[in-house]
Amino acid sequence: MNPDKVIEKKDRERKPDEPVKKKRKSNSYSLSIGPIHPALKEPIRFDLQIEGEKVVKVDFELSQVHRGIEWIGTRRNPVQILYLAERICGICNICHSTCFCIAVENIANIEVPARAHYLRTIHAELERIHSHILWAGVAAHELGFDSVMHYTWKIREKVLDVMEALTGNRITKGIMMIGGVRRDINEKQVPMVKEALEYYKKGFGKLESIFLKDPVIKSRTVGTGILSRHDGLALCAVGPTARASGIKKDVRQDEPYAAYSDLDVKAITPKDFLGEVKGDVFDRIVVRLLEVKQSIEIIEECLKQMPKGKILHEEKIPKLLAELRNIEGDGIGRLEAPRGEVIHYVKMVGKEAPYSWKVRAPTYNNLLPWGPMLMGEQVADVPIIAASTDPCMSCTNRAVVADGNSEKILDNEAMRRLSVEKTNALKRRLGR
Amino acid sequence: MFEMAKELFKQLFKKPFTNMFPAKHAPKSTVGFLKKVEEGKAKLNEPVPIPEGFRGKIAYDKEKCIGCKLCIKVCPANAFEYLEKERKVKYHLSRCTFCAQCVDVCPVNALVSTKEFLLSDYNKK
Repeated sequence: MNPDKVIEKKDRERKPDEPVKKKRKSNSYSLSIGPIHPALKEPIRFDLQIEGEKVVKVDFELSQVHRGIEWIGTRRNPVQILYLAERICGICNICHSTCFCIAVENIANIEVPARAHYLRTIHAELERIHSHILWAGVAAHELGFDSVMHYTWKIREKVLDVMEALTGNRITKGIMMIGGVRRDINEKQVPMVKEALEYYKKGFGKLESIFLKDPVIKSRTVGTGILSRHDGLALCAVGPTARASGIKKDVRQDEPYAAYSDLDVKAITPKDFLGEVKGDVFDRIVVRLLEVKQSIEIIEECLKQMPKGKILHEEKIPKLLAELRNIEGDGIGRLEAPRGEVIHYVKMVGKEAPYSWKVRAPTYNNLLPWGPMLMGEQVADVPIIAASTDPCMSCTNRAVVADGNSEKILDNEAMRRLSVEKTNALKRRLGR
Repeated sequence: MFEMAKELFKQLFKKPFTNMFPAKHAPKSTVGFLKKVEEGKAKLNEPVPIPEGFRGKIAYDKEKCIGCKLCIKVCPANAFEYLEKERKVKYHLSRCTFCAQCVDVCPVNALVSTKEFLLSDYNKK
C-alpha cells in the first residue's frame, strides 16, 4: 500500500481540536512541466520530483515536436533548402542557412569569395547581438522585471532595423546563398551600421548597470542553477552555457569559419569580468552581455578589413543548381550560433536533392545540463534556470501538481507569479 | 533598480517608442477602420518607413513571362503553378514566403519585389 495514502487517511481521522502533527514523514511529489511551456524552446516535458519547494530529481522527455524538416529537405534542391533551413529556428536563421551552405560547399569544393566571408561574419554577429538582447529581455521577464524586458527589447529594435535594411527582412533574412551571399553592403549602408554600433555601445553600459549591478537581480541569479565545469564537459554543453561554466569552447576560436580566422576571437568566460567562474545564472548573463560587446567589436573590425570583390561563387542560379546536381559525397558544416554550436550533415549522391540531411541544434546539447542545474533548486527558480540556457519560446504552458487524487494546475501565469513573488520578497528583504 | 527607475522616469516625458499603427487607439474593427481611411473619414497613422530593397509582395508581369519554369525550380514554398496551355506561371500569394529568390532568378525580370506588405485579406482571390 502507498505510504502517502496512509498518512492522508490518518490526517482525516484527526479530531478537530487535536493539534496538527508537525513532524510528517518527508514525501516527494512529482511536478510535470510541459510539453508546452513558454520558457522552453521546443516542447519538452519535465518530470521534477519535489520535496516542498526543493527539486530533488530531474527527468525530461525530448522529441515532442517532430516537424520532419529533414525529410522535407530530401525532396528539395539545395537552393530551396536554404529557405527551409532558415525556418528551423526563427532567431538563429542565419546560422542554419550558413551552416547548410558550408556543408554543401564542403562537398562541392566551392570556394567562397573573401568579401562574402566577411559579409557572412557581419550578418552572423548582428544576429548574435539580436539574439542575446532578446534573451536578456526574456530573462528579465522570468525574474519579474517586465519594464526591463520592454527596455531591452526597445534597444533590440535598432539591430532589427539594420538587418531589415541590409537584407530586406527583419527575421527570416534569406541572405545566404551557396557559394556566397545574395546582397552586398553598399556605401550608403555602412554609416547606418556604424551608427547602430555606436548606439549599442552606449546602450551596453546601461544594460550592464541594469543587469550586473542590481542587487535584486544579483541575489536571484548568483548561486542559482549552478553547472560545474566537470558537468558541463561531461554533458557536452555548448555555447554561452558552457562558457559560463569556464569551458573555453567556441567554434569561432577552435575551428574558424567565414572570416573568423582573420579576426581575433577568444571564447569569453566570466573569469574575464568577475575574476572567478561559478557557472550560475548570473555568469550566463555576464557571458551573453560580454558577447554583445565582442560582436560589436567584430563587426567594426569586419567593416574596416572587408576586401572588395565578388560576393558569389556563381551568380547564375540555374548554373549553380546544375553544378550541385552532379556532386557526390558528404559534408559537415559547423558554426557558432548565438546559443552554441550548430552542426549540419549533408550527403549528396549525384541527384538534385540531398540523400540525407541532419541538423543538430545547440539547444539539444544544452538540455542535459538542466539536470545538474535544477537539482536542489526551488520551483520558483525553475523558469529562470530553464531560460538561462536560452531555449526557444513556445506559447502555452501547463504544469500539473498531482497530489493523490486532487489536482492543482500550475499554469504559465501561476509559475511566473511564483517567480515574481520571490523577487518581491527579496526586494523587501534588501529594503528596496 | 535605481538605474532602471531613472530610465522609466525619463520615459514619462518622452514619446512612446512604439509606432501606433494603424491608429493611436485600437479601433473596434481594423477592417472597418481601413475602409474608413479609404473613404477619407479617418486618418491612418503611418507605418514605420520601409528601407530600400525591402522584400514585399511579388509583382508578376504575365506579358514578360517566357515560361522558362526557373521560378518553379527555385521556389521553396511551391508558390508558382505552371499553366500548360498559356506556357506561363500562376503566382499564389498565400503560399509565398517572400524570399525573392524568383526575383533573382527570373531572366526577363517578369517578377519584381514591391514594397507592399499589408497583405492580410478576407478574400482569397
